[in-house]
Amino acid sequence: MNLTIFSGPPSSGKTSVILKAIASFQQRNIAVGVVKFDCLYTDDDALYEKAGVPVKKGLSGALCPDHFFASNIEDVVRWGKEKNLDLLITESAGLCNRCSPYIADIKGVCVIDNLSGINTPKKIGPMLKAADLVVITKGDIVSQAEREVFASRVGSVNPKANILHVNGLTGQGAFELSTLIYDEKEDISSVQGMKLRFPMPAAMCSYCLGETRIGESYQLGNVKKIELGEEK
Amino acid sequence: MKNLTLSQLLIKYPFITDYFEQNNLEIAGYENGTFEEYLRHFTREQIEDKALDIERLSSDLWIFIEQMESFLGIEKENEVRSLTILPGKDKYGNPEQFEKLTILPSQIISIVGPTGSGKSRLLADIEWTANADTPTGRSILINDQEPDRKWRYSSNNKLVAQLSQNMNFVMDLSVKEFIEMHAQSRMISNPEEVANKIIEAANKLAGENFTIDTPITSLSGGQSRALMIADTAILSTSPIVLIDEIENAGIDRQKALELLVSEEKIVLMATHDPLLALIADKRIVIKNGGIHAVLETSQEEKNLLNDFDKIDSVMRNARQKLRAGEILKKDELF
Repeated sequence: MNLTIFSGPPSSGKTSVILKAIASFQQRNIAVGVVKFDCLYTDDDALYEKAGVPVKKGLSGALCPDHFFASNIEDVVRWGKEKNLDLLITESAGLCNRCSPYIADIKGVCVIDNLSGINTPKKIGPMLKAADLVVITKGDIVSQAEREVFASRVGSVNPKANILHVNGLTGQGAFELSTLIYDEKEDISSVQGMKLRFPMPAAMCSYCLGETRIGESYQLGNVKKIELGEEK
Repeated sequence: MKNLTLSQLLIKYPFITDYFEQNNLEIAGYENGTFEEYLRHFTREQIEDKALDIERLSSDLWIFIEQMESFLGIEKENEVRSLTILPGKDKYGNPEQFEKLTILPSQIISIVGPTGSGKSRLLADIEWTANADTPTGRSILINDQEPDRKWRYSSNNKLVAQLSQNMNFVMDLSVKEFIEMHAQSRMISNPEEVANKIIEAANKLAGENFTIDTPITSLSGGQSRALMIADTAILSTSPIVLIDEIENAGIDRQKALELLVSEEKIVLMATHDPLLALIADKRIVIKNGGIHAVLETSQEEKNLLNDFDKIDSVMRNARQKLRAGEILKKDELF
């Protein structure tokens, strides 16, 4: 089985891009399954179901979504094996721009969109910088100049990655994407013991543990302060 | 290269400031050390806080330099002197109805066919430089040869630039800042000169003039379209331009095509407007996902173009009169 991890800011077009790629896998009789990770709510699983692929969703709820991903990916891979998939795709939203769910030696794809503004590549951390493949969407609604500047900035923060423009509506570029995220020769049976490409952000302060009151005396653990400077 | 100090690197490869800037690396004060030494100064805490991947940052810089060098060095080598499409199959497996279609710079080819007939697929095949490895089985040749794979992945060398109807400017910049930003991403040495050239060209296309200080978001529909076309013609690296219908509002479409052609672009234009479709020397007819025919624009059709032009000017004239509050009279219009 192949495993590919998709990640990207909310509403960047991950699901549309994956669905278009799935359509081209189906034409080639490659069995694809999807596990969608989200935070509070998603109905994307219905879209995958409609496309006729096995799908599971995991909502992290009160937990940090990427931590939730890391503690579930092993079981998710086992599920994919049971379903006899040729390709298992996981999809997760990068919520704080700091996390990245990529695993070393497993293909990682970041989906970002032209509409998010040309400073976005600078703002997104390992989710973009550590990806093997960057898919840029919504290129049909911004000017050619903005497309070029955006792509060149993505290239500056991640020169190693292949950059691909995909149109989530017409599917232009989706076939090409599909050839890059599935490799017949590759076969993984488990991700046990594999490593995340980048450590997740440190946390564990009193608010992680359910504290709701504001004030210095309620703050324990890993706390950081903004430097506002002295004003008298 | 790795033993050079940052200031030596900056002199040799001035474009690396872009790498430092996009990666939020503040190198001031570290110019006299190597990049490795600079990276080593970060404390554990800073590394965590800024989410730095030291190893990756260090290896990426050398890759970035290599890529930029080749991007700057091979512009000439990238010259596209011809684009050839070799036939594949339509979605029912029938072979496409043409032998070989070669398009040269400054040629305009129109593409016709109903929505969903496979226009995007054709474009994707060109963009991907298909090598009988896409669903249509088409192959694309550049300069009569199997193309270099760099066209597929590189962020700086894209084969196809696109101009579609839905395109908008999303940035909040003045026209000048906008063009300069685009020029900067292409490492152009004379951004101001280029900006002036683009604005001059754009103003020739648009009905109403705008200036270098106009915010791009306040341009009219016709003005933005004109700026996009002029910018793509003059500043885009892509040798092939795909146009998806230029609407007939506030812009001289014929001049727009002339501008693209004068910049040696290969122009592919999806349109059903006879005024545009017949300007092209050839048109590709798409049906059922495949190329159904490649038609040469006949002399009769070229002659028709003149008639259409007359009809169009009648409409334009009527529109102008309406706008001016006049009453339309048949004998004044025809």
